[in-house]
Amino acid sequence: MTKVEAIIQVSKLEAVKDALHEVGVEGMTVFEARGHGRQKGHTEFYRGREYTVDLIPKVKLEIVVADEMTEKVVGAITTAARTGKIGDGKIFLSHIDEAIRIRNDERGESVL
Amino acid sequence: MKNPVIVCLTVLMVCVFAIGALAQTSSTTDAANEAQAARIAKLEQAVADAKSSGDNAWMLTSSALVLMMTGPGLILFYGGLVRKKNVLSTMMQSFAMMAIVTLLWGLVSYSLAFGSGNSFIGGWHNVFLRGVGAQPDPDYAATIPLQTFMVYQLMFAIITPALISGAFAERMKFSAMAVFMVLWSLVVYAPMAHMVWGKGGLLNASLGGRFPCLDFAGGTVVHVTSGVSALVCALYLRPRIGYPKQSMPPHSVVLSFVGACLLWVGWFGFNAGSALGAGSLATSAFVATHFGAAAATLGWSAAEWWKRGKPSALGAISGAVAGLVAITPAAGFVSPMSSIAIGLAAGVFCFFMVTKVKAMFGYDDSLDAFGVHGAGGTLGALLTGIFASSAVNPIFKDAQGRMLASGVMEGNAHQLINQLAGIAIAWVLAIVGTVVILKVVDVTIGLRVSEEQEMQGLDLSQHGEEGYYWESAA
Repeated sequence: MTKVEAIIQVSKLEAVKDALHEVGVEGMTVFEARGHGRQKGHTEFYRGREYTVDLIPKVKLEIVVADEMTEKVVGAITTAARTGKIGDGKIFLSHIDEAIRIRNDERGESVL
Repeated sequence: MKNPVIVCLTVLMVCVFAIGALAQTSSTTDAANEAQAARIAKLEQAVADAKSSGDNAWMLTSSALVLMMTGPGLILFYGGLVRKKNVLSTMMQSFAMMAIVTLLWGLVSYSLAFGSGNSFIGGWHNVFLRGVGAQPDPDYAATIPLQTFMVYQLMFAIITPALISGAFAERMKFSAMAVFMVLWSLVVYAPMAHMVWGKGGLLNASLGGRFPCLDFAGGTVVHVTSGVSALVCALYLRPRIGYPKQSMPPHSVVLSFVGACLLWVGWFGFNAGSALGAGSLATSAFVATHFGAAAATLGWSAAEWWKRGKPSALGAISGAVAGLVAITPAAGFVSPMSSIAIGLAAGVFCFFMVTKVKAMFGYDDSLDAFGVHGAGGTLGALLTGIFASSAVNPIFKDAQGRMLASGVMEGNAHQLINQLAGIAIAWVLAIVGTVVILKVVDVTIGLRVSEEQEMQGLDLSQHGEEGYYWESAA
């Protein structure tokens, strides 16, 4: 099993969700996140005082899929979330040892 | 009538009866006159009662509007400008004034401000509101109960110290704040209100003071005193931990936005209510207030747009408040076009004070109580002396009752001296009074919370609660 963690633009969440449903992903966890990579940030002014906002709002998705699904999922996310500009986000893949369903102690890929 | 004979007979009969009536004793005529006089007196009383009811209705409404400026107006305005962890403590500082100053006013401070006394402070005549009842006091307002006048003035006494709290937000002990405000109300507010508005006051323009300073609704009494005291507090308490390096943006400009809009509406009670009646002077003050606020909104926004490239929401509402402050002393003395000039000047001037001057000197006037109220109030009091018009409000008259010029624009250059006298007294009283009170409170109970409490936030450390409680989704 593979965990796909994708950090994307807030405005692309709906498009990515639709794309994932199309390739057959049924469950996901979404976080509101803040951070920055090369995008840096922007400045805001309050009564003349300048504040640098370098932690920009992002959305982070976590999906665990069967290994053979991985490339399809990655393809769906990159296609849906891409604008071609700095700040589109990143995807991280990692191996998952086990999955357990809390309701009935079921284990393995069938849990996904 | 068809028959001339009948007409003649009728006239004859009427004449006979009339002669008969006249021939009776003269006491009947006297009785008739008396009855007529009584009727006229009754009518006059009814007219006076009607006027009194009209004026009283407006003054009670105005009193409520001015209270609304503190809560929720100022409470939201200030509450939104601080960080999340201090929202309740900031709101409480203003709300506490609604309770503390009210009781203090009833016990002593109304008497010290508006009771008969000397040129500088009132006496003890009206302590516990003795003699403050339904009977009007013609020196103040002839058509409303003195009790209405008292409660209207109370609302000013509440918001004035509340304004100061913007300067020491996020770092002052609640207990120290409460004691400071009680002493400030007695030592700074009561004498200043007495000098400008009280019977026999040194600066009273309508009751023949030595230096008649034009201050319609409290430019010097409310805004200069609170703004200058705020600056003293900011300097004495020193900046918040991390200021100015750490960023401390407002946690909710939305709250401040709602608060500022409520302030604008409430200000009609503040300024138009200061006519102390529902006549045309109230209308003129109402109009000047509205035009001043509108012009200052544009003034601040234009300055910001030009300097920063964008007109911000916080800038627009700060400009509105600055304009309302500056038009306060002028409201009942100037024409609508003059109020636009005053508003534009205030918007640009306060923008400069808040964005440039504060940064230049490095004091942490956290919510810009000085930059908006101290600076705007001083500018407004000066401009009142320039733009005051006798056509709007014929306040100065000679011994024969002829109208005299009011402001510099009408040729009364001397008025600028009187305005400066009022401003100077307000500045000196605010500085000296505030320094002394801060010192006393500092030595006895201490002004600032501990470093740990400040980091934790005043909501938790002073009040044991949080404005935005975190709850897991149930």
